[in-house]
Amino acid sequence: MISFLDIQNLSCGYSSGFRVHDINLSLDEGSFAGIIGPNGSGKTTLFRGISGTLPLKEGHILLDGADLSKLTWREKAQKLAIVSQFSETAELSVEEYVLMGRLPYRRQFQFFDRKEDIEIAHHYMHLTNTYRLRNKSMTELSGGEQQMANIACALSQHPRLLLLDEPTSHLDITHQIRFMNLIQRLNEEMKLSVMMIIHDLSLAAEYCDFLLMMKEGTPFCQGTPEEVITYEHIESVYDTVVIVKTNPVSGKPVVFPVSEQRLKNGKR
Amino acid sequence: MEQKQWIWSLYVLLLLVGVVTVFMLSLGMGEIPIRIGDLPHILSEKDSVEYGVLAYIRIPRTLLGLTIGGSLSLAGTILQGIYRNPLVEPYTLGISGGASLGITFAIVAGIHLINILFLPLAGFIGAFATIFLVYTLSLGKGGLSINRMLLIGVMISFIASSLMMFLMSITSTDNVHGIIFWMMGSLNEPNNTLITVMVILSLFCLILSYLFVMPLNALRLGEEKAKHLGFNANSVVRVLFIITSLLTGACIAVAGIIGFVGLVIPHIVRLWVGTDYRILLITSFLSGGIFLILCDVMARTIISPNELPIGVITGILGGILFILLLSRSRRKEVS
Repeated sequence: MISFLDIQNLSCGYSSGFRVHDINLSLDEGSFAGIIGPNGSGKTTLFRGISGTLPLKEGHILLDGADLSKLTWREKAQKLAIVSQFSETAELSVEEYVLMGRLPYRRQFQFFDRKEDIEIAHHYMHLTNTYRLRNKSMTELSGGEQQMANIACALSQHPRLLLLDEPTSHLDITHQIRFMNLIQRLNEEMKLSVMMIIHDLSLAAEYCDFLLMMKEGTPFCQGTPEEVITYEHIESVYDTVVIVKTNPVSGKPVVFPVSEQRLKNGKR
Repeated sequence: MEQKQWIWSLYVLLLLVGVVTVFMLSLGMGEIPIRIGDLPHILSEKDSVEYGVLAYIRIPRTLLGLTIGGSLSLAGTILQGIYRNPLVEPYTLGISGGASLGITFAIVAGIHLINILFLPLAGFIGAFATIFLVYTLSLGKGGLSINRMLLIGVMISFIASSLMMFLMSITSTDNVHGIIFWMMGSLNEPNNTLITVMVILSLFCLILSYLFVMPLNALRLGEEKAKHLGFNANSVVRVLFIITSLLTGACIAVAGIIGFVGLVIPHIVRLWVGTDYRILLITSFLSGGIFLILCDVMARTIISPNELPIGVITGILGGILFILLLSRSRRKEVS
C-alpha cells in the first residue's frame, strides 16, 4: 500500500557539492512530522527538494499517489504549501498578502478577486488572529505576526501537506507555544499533514508524532519521539552532552543541556 | 473589495483626463500658439499653416511623447517587479546602452536604409542581449545581488558607449552626424512608419504585460515564493525580459536615449496607488506619457526658438531622485 507521502531514495543538492541523499520516508495522512538535526545537515535542502525548487538527482516523491516531479507548479501549489523562515520586505497589506494564497486557484483571465477567495482568506485570517491587522503593511508587523500572516497565506492555498521551515526560531516562548498549538489544532481538526523543520528538540518531542533526525545530508534515525530523542542519538549527531528526561505531564522526552563547567566539576 | 474596483477606476479616469489635458496643452504650445478652442476649426481647414503644424508636427510628436513615456515607464515598472528593487530601470541597468549600441551598429552598417524597421529591431537585440547578460552575471551565490547588478549595468553602459565611439570613428561623417543627432534624444521624428510602429508596439506590450499581472504580483514576494504559489517563475521572467527589451529597443530607436523615466514615474505611482500590478501597470503607463509630454513642452519652450534635448530634462529630474532613493535605502540598511 502506498502511504500519503512517500519519499523513495531521494537525492538532491547544489552545484557547489552539498547534497542530501538516501532519504526514505513514509507518512500517513494527518501526521505531524518534525525534521531535526544540526545546522548544515540538509534539512532545508530536503525541503527544497520536496517543494521542487531544487531538481531531484535521484528518487521520487509521491504525494497522495501523484508523482510531484510530474506536476506543474500550479498543481503543486494546490497540494502543498511552504512557509519559510525569511521575513517579508514587500510593501503590501496583510490582506493582500493572505489573498495571494488563492493565486493557485485563479481562472485564466480572472482580473478581480472572487468573493469566495476573499471569504477563504478572511476565514484563515480570523483563525490566525491576523484579521485585526488586515490593513497594516507586512513590513510593520512583528516577527510573530508576520509568521501568522504567512500561515494564513499558506492555509488559503488549501494544501494537503504543509511544510514549515523553522517557524518558531525567532519567536519568544509565548508566541512559540501559541504557534505550535495552532498547528496542532489544524493538524487534528482539519487532518492537515504537517512537516516541520525545528531546532528546539523538546518542542519537537512534545508536539510531533514522528521525527526524522538528519546528520550530514542523510537520515540518522527516524521514528516516534521516544525512539529518536535519546541522549545517545543526540550526543552522536550534535556532538553535545545532554540529559534526556521525561515530561511528567505528557510523557514525552525533554532535553536538558549541561554546561562545560558542570561536566568538569562533575557535580550532580 | 468592490470599493477597490471603484478606486481603481477613479485612478484610471483621473489619468485619462490628465492625458487629454496635457495633449491639448502640447498641441497649443510652440512658435505658433494655437488656442484649444480653435482646434476643430483648424482641423477642418486643410490648407492653413496651422493645420500643417498640427497634423505633421505637433500631433505625431505628442502621440510619440505619450507612447514613449508610457513604454519607458512600463518597462521600468516591470523590471522593478522582477528585480524587487526600485532603483532598476532600462537606463540604470545598461539596457539603454546596449540598445543604443545595436542601433549605432545598424546605422553604421547601413541596414536601416533597406528598411527603417531594422532600427527598432537592432535596438531590441541590443537590449535583450544586455538584459540577459546583466541577469546571468549578477546571479551570484546568494541569489540576485542588487549592487552587483547596478555596477554591471554601469559597466555595460561604459563598454557600449566606447564601442559606439569606435564605430563612429570608423564610419563616414554623414553617419556620425545622424548618430549624434539621434543620440541626443528628441521626440522630433519625421518618419511616420516608425511612429505608427511605436504606437502599436507600446499598446501591444501593455496588453501583453497584463497577461502576466498575477505572476508579477506573486514575484513581489520573491521568485521562490512565486513558484510555491504556482507560477513557473523562470519562464515568466524570460517573457517579461522580452517585453521590456522590445519596449526599450523601440523607444531608443525612435527617440534616442531618454533616461530615468522608468525610475521616476513607477516610484511616484507606487506611492500613490500601491504595489498591486493590476493597477500599477496602467497607471504607470499613463503617468509616464503625461510626464514625457510635459517634459517635451518644457524642452521646446525653455530656450525657444531653440530646443533642448528632452533627455536633459528627464536626466536631471531622474538623477536627483535616484540619489535621494539611494541614500534613503542606505539609511534603511543601517537602522
